Amino acid sequence: MTLVRYTDVEVGQVLPTRSFPVTRADLVRYAGASGDFNPIHWNERFALGVGLPNVIAHGMFTMATAARAVTDWIGDPGAVVEYGVRFTKPVVVPDDDTGALLVVDAVVGEKRDDNLVRVDVSARSGDDKVLGMARMVVRLP
Amino acid sequence: MPLDQSFTGRSYPPTAPYTVGREKIREFAHAIGDLNPAYHDIEAARALGHPDLIAPPTFAIVLSLPAGHQIVLDPALGLDYSRVVHGEQRFELRRPIHAGDELTVVVTVEKIRSVAGNDIISTRGDIATTAGEAVGAAYSTLVSRAAEGSAA
Repeated sequence: MTLVRYTDVEVGQVLPTRSFPVTRADLVRYAGASGDFNPIHWNERFALGVGLPNVIAHGMFTMATAARAVTDWIGDPGAVVEYGVRFTKPVVVPDDDTGALLVVDAVVGEKRDDNLVRVDVSARSGDDKVLGMARMVVRLP
Repeated sequence: MPLDQSFTGRSYPPTAPYTVGREKIREFAHAIGDLNPAYHDIEAARALGHPDLIAPPTFAIVLSLPAGHQIVLDPALGLDYSRVVHGEQRFELRRPIHAGDELTVVVTVEKIRSVAGNDIISTRGDIATTAGEAVGAAYSTLVSRAAEGSAA
């Protein structure tokens, strides 16, 4: 595995854009693996009943998926020391074979002492920006 | 109905120990579509200097979510969970969680507020090993959305 090193990284460096499809099946699987069975993530009747546009992805699923734009790039996901997001809009997942598409961009925002690097992440689904203030801090070799 | 402000600052006893299993890490990683070898291949994880498979950075939610339920599902708080969406989430990790860790969570209510009829609660879950090593913290903000047609 090739690891990105602190000395290789520059502020403003743009990471590869990533696209991740999100289907209803992904949400069911994530519900099972995470233990979050909130019906707004798998039950259309319930989601509509509480005023949502449709079934929405777990924020945590979106957050975990967006993380990959950084962790796949740095190589060792154990380098993550901090990761935070705001969920600005839900990822609405239609009941079809295509689902939604999550598009994730990331850029190096800051180099700190101690080999720490802050990467600023953005994620959108359709026209909606679904994550805000999404920042990951990693300690690189 | 506004949330019970007296919950602010309240801490709960440590949760029952949770043993992080290799297959749970693999299952969680598969569920987020993440095939990073550090989550799946013990030799690859060790080659990176980890003692065993490590968990993805958001894995702590598996522990912190049920820990937080002690607070948000308490009827005395007054939160309508059917209208809850996730507002914010942040993890701090002193080191990655790895297979074999035996972890507990202590949750604390950091802030309760109401904005435009939405009830908002922020909690912190401090994650430590049963041996007392601090591993990290999970900060969650949940929003119970105002019902349509409410006074807000």
